[in-house]
Amino acid sequence: MNSGGTDLWTLVTIVGLACITVLARCFFFISSKSWSLPPWAQRGLQYAPIAALSAVVLPEVLMTQGHLVPTWADARLFAAAAGAIAYFWKRDVLMTIIAGMAVFLPLHLGLGW
Amino acid sequence: MFLRRSLREHPEFRVGAADMLPQAPGIAAWGLMTGVAMVKSGMSVVEALAMGVLVFAGSSQLAAIPLIVAGAPMWVILATGFCVNLRFVVFSLHLREYLMYLPRWERLVHGYLTADMAYFLFVRRFPQPAVEPHRRVAQEAYLAGNTCVGWTSWVVTSIIGVALANFIPTTWGLGFAGILCLVGILCSLATTRLRILSASVAAAAAIAAYALPLKLNIIVAIAAAVSLCLAVEKLKPAVTKEVRG
Repeated sequence: MNSGGTDLWTLVTIVGLACITVLARCFFFISSKSWSLPPWAQRGLQYAPIAALSAVVLPEVLMTQGHLVPTWADARLFAAAAGAIAYFWKRDVLMTIIAGMAVFLPLHLGLGW
Repeated sequence: MFLRRSLREHPEFRVGAADMLPQAPGIAAWGLMTGVAMVKSGMSVVEALAMGVLVFAGSSQLAAIPLIVAGAPMWVILATGFCVNLRFVVFSLHLREYLMYLPRWERLVHGYLTADMAYFLFVRRFPQPAVEPHRRVAQEAYLAGNTCVGWTSWVVTSIIGVALANFIPTTWGLGFAGILCLVGILCSLATTRLRILSASVAAAAAIAAYALPLKLNIIVAIAAAVSLCLAVEKLKPAVTKEVRG
């Protein structure tokens, strides 16, 4: 995607994501007939969301240009760790963002990590 | 749906709106941050506005941003968005009992607008689906009041976030706030040992398969994690029993 410019394909993807929101939130009442998922799929539902998030998030934190980060001097590592600790301390996602950015910004802007 | 007058004038509409109001600052902070994260990741203002207003699902938006910026194919982005949204599939099974008497397009509008907070508040206030017509209308009006406040605070603050982002230099790296938000959601989902296993397997697989084209590493990671967890469930029913609930 060219940064700054609006890409038609991206807009189509966004409309697609809006349809995904409707599909997921209305999944069992789109059809007027009564039906249910097979049991294995219902159990699989428990594990898929955390797998999808983890697969998106961890490479964004641990990798640079397709490789594991070569140095500890990377603000993202410490910020993500601080954010996770803050979550388990306060049980609040907003705290994760606040604590994580409080670590990220000084390291990133101050030390250039 | 909060556009209908009969619902807006029902007393339960105000109750639903009042219950949602204390949650509004939380939703607002999310919307603001998502708006900033979208623009800071390199999406255009039009794209960011369209996403905030139409997609109306913070976690799938945030998960989609790095994929869109990396130029992943649409089906990978949509599949990832759907997987992140799977909790709503479970909610929809529950909401079905409450909404099935409505015509389809009204069900779809209610479903679309019912994000996490609205769902939790709604089923807390009405543990049982109503049967009598007047109580059904009351439930619908409550849900409408709820989603009206939730939707408005999300959309308004997303737009403010997009506007503010243009005054902040990209070098600050504020887009990382979106990743931090996902880190928080990730932690909040890690409630059972098998889910932690799922997250670990998915992370390892996504990194190991990173070189795959089209961001297919994400799909590989989800498939690997879910099938491994289902296999472990089958092999070790005792573990499953212990962690379930």
